[in-house]
Amino acid sequence: MTTKLFGEPVRRREDARLITGQGRYLDDIGADAYAAAFVRSPYAHARVVDIDVTGALDVEGLLAIYTYEDLTGPLAEPLPVLIPHPQLTHPRTGYPLAKDVVQHVGEAVVMVVATDRYVAEDAAALIAVSYEELPVVVGVDAARAATHAVHDDVPDNVAARHHQETGDVEPALAASTHTISFTQYVERSASMPMEGKGVHARWDADDQALRVYTSTQASTSVRAAIAAKLQLSLEKVEVIAPDVGGGFGVKIVHPWPEELLVPMAARLLGHEVKWTEDRREHFISSAHERQQRQEITVGYDEDGRITALDVHIWHDNGAYTPYGIIIPIVTATQLVGPYAIPVYRVRVDSVFTNTVIVTPYRGAGRPQGCFAMERTMDRIAQERGLDRAEVRMRNLIQGDQFPYDQHLTFQDGRPVIYDSGDYPGLMAKLKALVDWDSFAERRAEATARGRMLGIGMAMYVEGTGPGPYEGGHVQVLGSGKVLVSTGLTSQGQGHETVFAQLVASELGVPMEDVEVTTGDTRRFGYAVGTFASRAAVMSGNAVALAARGVREKALRIAAEVLEASPEDLEIDEGLVQVKGVPGASIPLRTVAVLSNPLRYAFDEAAKQATQFAGPGDDSKPPVAVGDAPGLEHTDYYSPIRSTFASGAHAAVVEIDPSTWEIDVVQYAVVHDCGNVVNPMIVEGQVHGGVAQGVGGALYERMAYDSDGQLQNASFMDFLMPYASEVPPVVIDHQETASPLNPLGIKGAGEAGVIPGSAAIASAIEDAVGRRIATMPISPTELYDLVRSSADPVTNSQTGAMA
Amino acid sequence: MTVDLERTISITVNGVPREATVPVRRLLSDALRHDLGLTGTHVGCEHGVCGSCTVLLEGSPVRSCLVLAVQADGQSVTTVEGLSRSDHQGGQVLHPIQESFRECHALQCGFCTPGFLTTIAAGLDARDPSVEITEEEVEELVGGNLCRCTGYANIKKACRHAAETMRAEAGR
Repeated sequence: MTTKLFGEPVRRREDARLITGQGRYLDDIGADAYAAAFVRSPYAHARVVDIDVTGALDVEGLLAIYTYEDLTGPLAEPLPVLIPHPQLTHPRTGYPLAKDVVQHVGEAVVMVVATDRYVAEDAAALIAVSYEELPVVVGVDAARAATHAVHDDVPDNVAARHHQETGDVEPALAASTHTISFTQYVERSASMPMEGKGVHARWDADDQALRVYTSTQASTSVRAAIAAKLQLSLEKVEVIAPDVGGGFGVKIVHPWPEELLVPMAARLLGHEVKWTEDRREHFISSAHERQQRQEITVGYDEDGRITALDVHIWHDNGAYTPYGIIIPIVTATQLVGPYAIPVYRVRVDSVFTNTVIVTPYRGAGRPQGCFAMERTMDRIAQERGLDRAEVRMRNLIQGDQFPYDQHLTFQDGRPVIYDSGDYPGLMAKLKALVDWDSFAERRAEATARGRMLGIGMAMYVEGTGPGPYEGGHVQVLGSGKVLVSTGLTSQGQGHETVFAQLVASELGVPMEDVEVTTGDTRRFGYAVGTFASRAAVMSGNAVALAARGVREKALRIAAEVLEASPEDLEIDEGLVQVKGVPGASIPLRTVAVLSNPLRYAFDEAAKQATQFAGPGDDSKPPVAVGDAPGLEHTDYYSPIRSTFASGAHAAVVEIDPSTWEIDVVQYAVVHDCGNVVNPMIVEGQVHGGVAQGVGGALYERMAYDSDGQLQNASFMDFLMPYASEVPPVVIDHQETASPLNPLGIKGAGEAGVIPGSAAIASAIEDAVGRRIATMPISPTELYDLVRSSADPVTNSQTGAMA
Repeated sequence: MTVDLERTISITVNGVPREATVPVRRLLSDALRHDLGLTGTHVGCEHGVCGSCTVLLEGSPVRSCLVLAVQADGQSVTTVEGLSRSDHQGGQVLHPIQESFRECHALQCGFCTPGFLTTIAAGLDARDPSVEITEEEVEELVGGNLCRCTGYANIKKACRHAAETMRAEAGR
């Protein structure tokens, strides 16, 4: 069949517009829109005493100024806690515009609307807000010490205490032959998409309806939030995610204050209003992630097999908890990775700080969990004098143990049951890919050159594709065009291509005939969103199921016309034909016309269809009971639980002992995301994830000072990797199909980033022989570390068997 | 003394003479996007670091967020919309680097892409196409722009692919 496309590296259909400057991103919309700008708090914790707007009133082009006092109804209430949880005992959210107290630098206090952005910023600069400063809490340790409180009524700064255990850990530790306890840290980073956030709203006074474009990962939920907060009926609000310039998590949060305020202003002013976030705003008012303090105690036997694991994490959730405790849950449950841990207890205290909110950034707590587990493996190997790969091998879940129940509860509220995988297979491939067993020779060669060479590895299991559902709609038009829509959004993952591949493949039509729309509530109203590596799993299966529904209906209609049984029909290249009977066929587009008994002959397709139309049965209605006009189908995919992808990474670092520059000279990835729809796209996802992993390991951190000022809120100072910082990546694939979904696929979006810090820390430690307990690490920090009295560390020679 | 707050400027954009009256403080990036409607040029940081807004001023890459529109008065500007070339038969063909970006999957969200394309196109057009491109040249061409999606591997691949295409063309 020529239309078989599943598994092919099909070139992306998105690209034609994006390489010619014809993409349509948020700021490309609404040339005549008024512009919004915000006055944001310069203090990390302060009481708003007075807002004096008089200075701004004479600015030519000023249209409106809004403060908290101007918010009415539900808009004046705190922003929603999207995902409540019984263990989130002290949820706190801000207001769209600060009410009395600001809790981080960058919190919005005043919104200004003017004829253009320059004028809006002029006016914003002339608004004088006076503040009374309050004590500031920055960093997870300060929050834990609780000398000061972020929120008056939460004196210990603890928003939530998340707790899971699979057995009685204390006796299990006491009974263990060996135990090690240690503490380590992971720093803050952020999604940092190249396009910041942005919102454009248009109020239609005649229809009393709102159309909103927003650079979001969840347009259906933004729609519901706007309807609720602006007290509009749902059908009066349309929300569209246009081309989105990257998300990586930060755009899943909703509603951002601006997603409510910009539509509010558009409605009040009766004119289009647009806000385009600038880079500094993005640094100080969008979300960050990653900071944790991890206290780990592990028990193990003579052979390095883990007998018990006890982890206590302090997680910095920033000033508010709009996204609940998803990251603590993910860290807690994904920490155990590909290993069989007999007894596991995890406690995560999620604490407030006077910093930007913490919500998922690609990996969403998994990189930290992986860092905890994999560094534990390294410690056991070092203490036992075993090869780091060997210790991991001894603790891996084996192929005959699937489905493997970790006896934990995942972010979707469902059990953590690994559906399928081959973890020893990953390890074998990784060792071969990176030539693990002959590393000593490479190290000797580097030593001879005056360089320090080290190798490290890390493995992970990633729960992907959590529910509750996604839907797909597939419709064949009389022109032969196939329209596909799903409510889930796209931020560069190539969904238009992948979903078209799936539908073309399922339906038997040329891919060129398929048009895919994502993230547009006018086309599909029910969706959850793009996060947790769920798009291909969730919407991929949903559109495939919808296509199967269309196929079934097409075969039923065609069978009547061709006087054949549906089972004897096939669809290829858009032609329904009786198998093995050349000429006994009908174009799918004609079937589409026939599917609707009302056929005004507007076009050739309708005219052609009349030759197939039978005389009709006068004893039956034209549309049978239970049937519907049109060749279309809507279906949903709702998984019983998440599907678990896996992988193993290795990094080789070379360090120059005169500068302590850390150069990742080799990076190897073995990756298993089940059946692969488009290997080119999956590989691209891995490349991008690895780059973010390297950034998080060596360069990126949010440098807050003790006053809560973000000292590096620019691309000049927050060091995202350029091409020169990203190592060459070699990839090997393993495909262990998921038994949970019709297509056998698992998510791939986040995987690349997860083991980066763990593998690179392991490699640096291997190179310099000093304990790495905090990531990221800079050359200066490494220099200080090797000169300090920090733990010397010796790895057993890689490849050596104990 | 009166301050001249607005000026009318003439810029040849993608070969077409354009005129606009702009505040003197207007950035070239904003003038291209909002006064001239060429939204292919993207603004990623507004402080000259990310390179997304790169356009060619008199053929050389500049960060249009660091240039005032009035500074471009009387000069020629090429944006991503103008990278395609005449096919000598009255039509337009994409620049080899544009084709290569698609072929090599060198873009994901596409936001940084216009800046890479203009920068690399200028670099490739300025070199002797008959000479095989070196890794150092590739590093230089892609090294000044930020991309958050691709990890750059496929952008480098696209560079090599485009140089190879141009070499084959030059050899014909």
